[in-house]
Amino acid sequence: MKTAHLFYRVVRRDPFLVACGLFLILVVLVSFVGIHFTGYTYDQISDDSLLRPSRAHWFGTDVNGHDLLTRTLYGAQISLFVAATGTLVSLTVGVTYGMISGYAGGRVDNLMMRIVEIIYSLPTLVLVIVIVTSLDDPMTTFLKSTGEWCTGLGLPGLAGFFTGINPRLLLIVGFLGLTEWLTMARIIRGQVLVLKEQPFVQASFALGQSHFQILWRHLLPNLLGIVIVYLTLTIPAIMLDESFMSFLGVGLQPPLASWGTLISDAAFLINPIRLYWWMLIFPGGLMTLTLLALNFLGDGLRDALDPRVKK
Amino acid sequence: MTAIILRRFLQAIPVLFIVVTLTFLLVRAAPGNPFSTEKKIPPEIMEQLEKQYDLHGSIWHQYLQYMGKVVRGDLSISTQYRNRTVAEIIRQALPVSMTLGAVAYFLALTFGVTFGAWAAIRHNRAGDRLIMLWALLGISIPSFILAPVLVMLFAIWLDVLPVAGWGSPDQIILPAICLSIPFAATIARLTRGSLLEVLQLDFVRTARAKGLSEDAVLFRHALKVAILPIIGYSGPAAAGILTGSIVIETLFGIPGIGPFFVNSALNRDPFMTSGVVLVFSSFLILFNLIADILYFVVDRRVKLE
Repeated sequence: MKTAHLFYRVVRRDPFLVACGLFLILVVLVSFVGIHFTGYTYDQISDDSLLRPSRAHWFGTDVNGHDLLTRTLYGAQISLFVAATGTLVSLTVGVTYGMISGYAGGRVDNLMMRIVEIIYSLPTLVLVIVIVTSLDDPMTTFLKSTGEWCTGLGLPGLAGFFTGINPRLLLIVGFLGLTEWLTMARIIRGQVLVLKEQPFVQASFALGQSHFQILWRHLLPNLLGIVIVYLTLTIPAIMLDESFMSFLGVGLQPPLASWGTLISDAAFLINPIRLYWWMLIFPGGLMTLTLLALNFLGDGLRDALDPRVKK
Repeated sequence: MTAIILRRFLQAIPVLFIVVTLTFLLVRAAPGNPFSTEKKIPPEIMEQLEKQYDLHGSIWHQYLQYMGKVVRGDLSISTQYRNRTVAEIIRQALPVSMTLGAVAYFLALTFGVTFGAWAAIRHNRAGDRLIMLWALLGISIPSFILAPVLVMLFAIWLDVLPVAGWGSPDQIILPAICLSIPFAATIARLTRGSLLEVLQLDFVRTARAKGLSEDAVLFRHALKVAILPIIGYSGPAAAGILTGSIVIETLFGIPGIGPFFVNSALNRDPFMTSGVVLVFSSFLILFNLIADILYFVVDRRVKLE
């Protein structure tokens, strides 16, 4: 496959990107698997509050005596989960929107791109804060009643699924995904504008393939490389947005904890008398390294795969 | 050009209308009440309060009442900060946010362009690599991590700058730096990339061939053209600084609009929330328009739509 081959070339040319990729895999593994070997659970409260890092607590403890290492890894799980699923939402919207806009062309394209421009000029994160804080209760009720409805239908599995979803998490993932698709849509549209004039597209049209088939079977595979590049750059953006909201107290609520809430706990404890530096440095450091690795990876892939970047 | 600017202004009206409508209806339609507190309020008093704030009757009635006031320039009274009008709070807080934002914007532009240009003329050498590494770090590190770290370092450990607060000039240094860093980093990367391309162009070679000094080529010719993508980025940068300032103001205890907005969203204050959203959106739309005009003035090949 062409994309696989390209990847191989990128990897050979820039071993540093491989290191970034391996680091990210390590973060995922440790936060999802390693967390079970810390000897504590993320919601385990103890009297040992605000302890310095020690052999018993590698990252120290927080106000409630939580083991900070376990908390940081749990925060990593949530942050990574939000970033990954939010990116999937933004990917779906962005690619569909961009492909339709570019393929349709003309007035439809004009209108669709004008809408993107308008959304660009709005404070989207501020609007997401308003939406999430307002829809929190309705979403809780909705999930509960859907769960009961499923139980009534004799589908306990599905009912458990609905009642198991955290309404805040769902709203944040959904609406952050719905705001971070603009760049993706623009890039995809630009590519489709070029691709649709290529002979192979005209040939398939002449052979009687439908517009949907052309978009799905011929254009989409050609967009894969660029989609992956902007995917890598959307993940850190959504991760940053979520932690921003959680930091302000309008994002995830306890008992859920993301990197944003952990850092917020630490930042508002800062005072001139005693420094609880470990509460800030460990979650903050891990988050920064993760974002750095993602940005490095995205940048490197863009240099290698984006046809618009000159070599 | 006047006609185009006028049209853009007119286009902004429906957008602002939709945004304010959405905000007001969302805040009001959601269950929960702006007056509910720890103490139970007797229903008669609650009714009286709602009447006083024009929050009684159906949601559409409330909405029409509010919009009627907004059109007349009245942003109503805050339900959370009682006895203060939203306009009054915004009038007080906006200059603070604007000062912080403007200083951060200025820092981002100055350092971004300087370091970006410096990296470009040292293309692929150690200085370039180092600056680009720092730039990527600046983009990656969230301001709410950087800010507490810098506070611990400069305000508590070294004790050279104040921890928080607002009023004296030294209190603006840390917040403005924290707010500007991601944008300085992005601008540095943009400047470098754009300048590298421009330095390859024919007119630069002509300038050199005429015997101009390398400084003159860079400052008088190349940078002027290379600055274009930065003007293009100024809109998104303004949006980023605006949202970023919410966190920075909260962290440093700065009496700007950010903390008011967060509190009003959490406490379901429909008037304050809608008012802030209206102000933020108008500001960004206006800023984007100015950036587009500037782009057009600098590069006449661009068509202003």
